[in-house]
Amino acid sequence: MNFEFSAEQNLLREQAQGFLQEHCPLTAVRAILEGDAAYDAALWRKMADLGWMATVIPEQHGGIGLTHLELCVIAEELGRAVAPVPFSSSAYLATEALLLAGSDAQKERWLPKLATGDAIGAFALAESAGEPRPERLATTAVGDQLRGEKLPVADGDIADFAVVVAKADGGDGASLYLTELADAQRHPVATLDPSRSHARLVFDGQPAEPLGAAGGGWALTQQLLNRAAVLFAWEQSGGAAAALEMAKEYALGRFAFGRPIASYQAIKHKLAHAYVKNTLARSNCYYGAWALSTDAPDLPVAAATARVSATQAYYYASKENIQTHGGMGFTWEFDCQLHYRRAKLLSVHIGSESAWQHKLIGAIEAQAAA
Amino acid sequence: MDFNDTKEEAAFRAEARAWLEANVPSRQELEGLDEIQAAKLWQKRKYDAGWACIRWPKEYGGRDASAIEQVIWNQEEGKFATPGSVFGIGQGMAAPTLMAWASDEHKRKHLPPLASGEHIWCQLFSEPAGGSDLAALRTRAEKDGDDWVVNGQKIWTSGAHFSDYGILVVRTDPTVPKHKGLSYFFLDMKSPGIDIRPIKQISGGANFNEVYFTDVRIPDDQRLGAVGQGWQVALTTLMNERMAIGGGGGGVGFRQVLALARRVELDGAPAIEDKQVRAKLATWYAQETGLKYTGYRALSALSRGDTPGPENSIGKLVAASKTQDMASFAMDLLGASGAITDPAYAEARGMFQATFMGSPGARIAGGSDEIMLNILAERVLGLPQDVRVDKGIPFNEVPTGAS
Repeated sequence: MNFEFSAEQNLLREQAQGFLQEHCPLTAVRAILEGDAAYDAALWRKMADLGWMATVIPEQHGGIGLTHLELCVIAEELGRAVAPVPFSSSAYLATEALLLAGSDAQKERWLPKLATGDAIGAFALAESAGEPRPERLATTAVGDQLRGEKLPVADGDIADFAVVVAKADGGDGASLYLTELADAQRHPVATLDPSRSHARLVFDGQPAEPLGAAGGGWALTQQLLNRAAVLFAWEQSGGAAAALEMAKEYALGRFAFGRPIASYQAIKHKLAHAYVKNTLARSNCYYGAWALSTDAPDLPVAAATARVSATQAYYYASKENIQTHGGMGFTWEFDCQLHYRRAKLLSVHIGSESAWQHKLIGAIEAQAAA
Repeated sequence: MDFNDTKEEAAFRAEARAWLEANVPSRQELEGLDEIQAAKLWQKRKYDAGWACIRWPKEYGGRDASAIEQVIWNQEEGKFATPGSVFGIGQGMAAPTLMAWASDEHKRKHLPPLASGEHIWCQLFSEPAGGSDLAALRTRAEKDGDDWVVNGQKIWTSGAHFSDYGILVVRTDPTVPKHKGLSYFFLDMKSPGIDIRPIKQISGGANFNEVYFTDVRIPDDQRLGAVGQGWQVALTTLMNERMAIGGGGGGVGFRQVLALARRVELDGAPAIEDKQVRAKLATWYAQETGLKYTGYRALSALSRGDTPGPENSIGKLVAASKTQDMASFAMDLLGASGAITDPAYAEARGMFQATFMGSPGARIAGGSDEIMLNILAERVLGLPQDVRVDKGIPFNEVPTGAS
């Protein structure tokens, strides 16, 4: 049994942690939350210098060609740091979409730039309230032109290109398109978590090229989301650990009725419950990482399990972190809000907890039927 | 990252499996034997072939195996229908305590019959007034010549009625603070003055006993640790208890409830199509796999020759509540018939109902949920202990509900 990260991967974790402590303290997250910048461009540059965006991109396309295990390690640390960068859009979604379905020309065009961080990619699926379904998509492609609106698109305001899910008449009801956004109509949209930027994209004859087979876009989207779910779950797991740590530190230092509030069972049990949820989530993330890195047939089950568990853990840790801080946790000045906002953003971003619960049972049933 | 054995582990697994295939008793062999006779037959067979208590030193009946080999053995043995064990407390708790604290003579005398299954041991710790606050126990022992004379009452003693020996914590000095006045002994359960009475549980079974002590004499030679050092010795036992119980639960799992939800209807469709049913099942599934993979992480540490981290201590806490909630939910799915326990009519011959009635016990035994949360908070997260109003006060001056 060797169900753990290698020594090199653990070293990468340590380096990433040290790097982010130095270059992405919570003051840097707050600067994006409160300021006008869409993301921390300086941090993005330094991450690129470390080769993080190049992690799983093959060497022939300018990448480093490491495995998804390394990417999981980085994801967890970015989650812990609440990093205000478009890494998930670019590295988990756009890069993965190209790796899954891109033509040689598309890969040659975009992967080297994604690898160096010179290009940022986005993934445009959501349009309106509720879980997306192909039959409810209003975005269509006529010839190689997109019409419709996508809302919200994470990093849609800063991305160089987007992978767009559009309605298709045949096949599984959807097709993927790749479109450059330089001249597109894009409008920033305020969200719960201003440390990550979002946009409304309006396509009115927007030139685009197909990504993958026409009418195979929905299956591709599910495949992409399953892969991304593991990476998002690692981010959530890292965030949950950081929120628990923040609550713990505060509880140890805050005195009430003559002793640290961390000595009261009401607080101890709350934090112990968070530890339990975090541990379950992290172990499920391990399995997700294994399934992702080996392309296991089990990936749909593994991804949904990690996602459900990590969503629950981060939500619990982020809300109980505020509760542990009492009134101070509710102030703008304290950093508890950073995790509370990020936890909720991540939990709805690629499908809600209940959507993934539904998918999980579906995947288990499909596995049993196979 | 993989789930494979190392070469040495694979060889050990093959050896264990081959021996099991040739030696697990057949149904005919066990016919007519009661639970204890069957367990003893199987244990003796393992002992004679060097497959009993394999982590123990050879001189005490083991085979000096590593921790990972123990796990592999457990996995392989678990694949066969073998007689249930009645030796868990003796081998899992009393034996490690003897190894750490007993004289060489006692170890040579008592460990081999524990390994072979000849002797069954029980644990006499809890009392009516000392459960979670175990150190508040009141059973007294007073020195009389070379003996100690014990008076008092123990409770929740599994298997006391068929045990040969017991491990016992008693108060030898009530005038000092509670942890300092305890001493630890082992004793012959056939000693005069011991009265064992079964306790009927809400599940209808009677796995536990009350054990009354009236002037029971124990030779001083059977004391483990110094007089007044009993708490420290007891901690050795308790650390091993949590390892033995870890995982816990059993009975109703995700697969059983999934199968039920596919079979029964809700609003005119199979219950499994209902989003709320799916949501609950998904959460339990994620808890179940979370525990499984946490276990894999611990195994990986063992396989490397390292000590697993504290993650595994969440096992009993998570499993016990999950089992209770799943059994309850399964009965909800069954509607009015969920209440039936009559095996002629009950779903799955009453498994859900039996688990529902048994699961409250799993949340209390071997450290209640609340104690487990305290342990996680204090030992894993490093939070301070709660204020203890009895700290530093002589035990006989501590306020009690009874006085």
